[in-house]
Amino acid sequence: MRREGVPIIVVLPAAIGAAFFIVPLVGLIVRSPWGDALSALSAPETLEALKLSLIASLSATAVALVLGVPLAWVYARVAFPGRDLLRALTTLPMVLPPVVGGIALFLAFGRSGLLGAWLDNTFGITFPFTTAGVVMAEAFVAMPFLILTVEAGLRSMDRRYEEAARALGANRWRVFMRVTLPLIGPSLFAGAVLCWARALGEFGATITFAGNFPGVTQTMPLAVYLLLETNQEASFILSLVLLLVSLVVLVGLKDRWLGNA
Amino acid sequence: MSLDASIRLTLGPLDLDMSITVDQGEVVALLGPNGSGKTTLLRAIAGLAPFSSGQVRLDGKVLEDPATHVYVPTERRPIGFVFQDYLLFPHLTVQENVAFGLRSRGVARQVAAERATRWLDRVGLKDYARARPAELSGGQRQRVALARALAPDPRLLLLDEPLAALDATTRADVRRDLKRHLESFEGIRLVVTHDPLEAVALADRLIVMENGHLVQTGTAAEVTEHPRSQYVADLVGVNLLRGEAGNGSVKLASGQVVAAAGAELGEVFVVVHPRAVAVHRTHPEGSPRNVWSGRASSIELMGNRVRVRIDGAVPLVAEVTPAALRELNLVEGSEVWLSFKATDVGVYPA
Repeated sequence: MRREGVPIIVVLPAAIGAAFFIVPLVGLIVRSPWGDALSALSAPETLEALKLSLIASLSATAVALVLGVPLAWVYARVAFPGRDLLRALTTLPMVLPPVVGGIALFLAFGRSGLLGAWLDNTFGITFPFTTAGVVMAEAFVAMPFLILTVEAGLRSMDRRYEEAARALGANRWRVFMRVTLPLIGPSLFAGAVLCWARALGEFGATITFAGNFPGVTQTMPLAVYLLLETNQEASFILSLVLLLVSLVVLVGLKDRWLGNA
Repeated sequence: MSLDASIRLTLGPLDLDMSITVDQGEVVALLGPNGSGKTTLLRAIAGLAPFSSGQVRLDGKVLEDPATHVYVPTERRPIGFVFQDYLLFPHLTVQENVAFGLRSRGVARQVAAERATRWLDRVGLKDYARARPAELSGGQRQRVALARALAPDPRLLLLDEPLAALDATTRADVRRDLKRHLESFEGIRLVVTHDPLEAVALADRLIVMENGHLVQTGTAAEVTEHPRSQYVADLVGVNLLRGEAGNGSVKLASGQVVAAAGAELGEVFVVVHPRAVAVHRTHPEGSPRNVWSGRASSIELMGNRVRVRIDGAVPLVAEVTPAALRELNLVEGSEVWLSFKATDVGVYPA
């Protein structure tokens, strides 16, 4: 590294850019009514929303793991025509406005939707306006994070370890469970945490597809938005809670995700 | 009881066409330069590299034959494979690594752990059972890789450049240990290496391959005495020429004639040891029948000898003493004469 000063033409916009993110966070911390924090946090509606949020986001992560890891494996290991298109389609929710995702889910799994009508008529299963619907909306938006991270992990791992395992008599399932999964462990963990964090903060798709019923579909982000109109202080506090959770996740993942992934 | 493999495949620039047989009771080294297809052949035998035609048979049982669509998957072949950089599972302990093959073949956890411990004891690493591979030295890793491959009691042991990942200081020790373990293993043993020293030290028989094809096979002595390719000649450090023999001389492709005592008839190889080649600054007097002029293109000190590469009608390498070098006042580019006796020429059928 040459010992040179950083040019002002870079420093100035960089500083403004950083401030753009930091000032709102500081505002949230400074203007939060810390005195009421405890009562706001322990209000039954808050606890209910928090509990629902945790259950739904963890369930969505579980769904993403069960469905997303095999999908990532297929993307990384199986060459088939249309793979890139399929990957693009399953990545779409990352860039799609979540509300649009919610509408799409509604048209597919709503009571009169493409699959929803059949599910309702045949099994009596309905998703909209249920907690399962929340899980579905969250998984829809958050799973791509897991798929992409795990696929990248599978692609960058040294596949010769799998050959070594096969030469030792391990069948494909054992190779996958005992060698592949542990070796992509960091990617799997990072993908799962990113997916969970995204699910925890999900708003648009959830409110569109699952609605906003306290105790059933009203997650933390929904509660925050609703409280903004009725009880601003409480909504500030809840915002802060979500902020802290996200921050902890990001700092914890710094090396795995942003750094030497 | 033997391994019989004949394999034809094309992989990028490699055009492999090899048939080898390895009998029980002999250690065979597959020797060849980098890119000659040694590792690919080994992988094909293990079922890790598909081939277009040929057959892999172990103890008479067909493991793979594309013509009859027979393919026993790698995990069901009774093989042990020591990979070039060992590929010890980094997330498992040393003992778990060694027990992996046993567990994969359905041995109960407790039994597998005990047998792994015994193997670690045999390779002198009992105290490292709970260590991770990353904590071991290169030589220790090599021993773990060997124990891991041998623990499930395979019929066929395949080793891919088992010493290449080691630095020179530990290589000799590890090679000696490896030789001992190879000797005590009762199955069929096949070692891939590009290092002739390693091949000679470890194996009873060498199979030399180049560009995917068999060049020569035989004991170390047979191969070094009668090189059949430039590659082997370079390894052994002798001059190898090829030509048509007749009437006490050999006519080279370049048109030059080499006088050789006892030359047979037909296509032959001609070997001249560099020590037998004398170097002069003027046309030599006396009896030598083979005299050529040339130009010293490179001069290299090798131990207490100097190797002089001489370009001319017949490019040859001569070996002289440092004293002779000074006396002759030789530098790169010097015009020289070289000579050797007809009785110092080895000739054998090509």
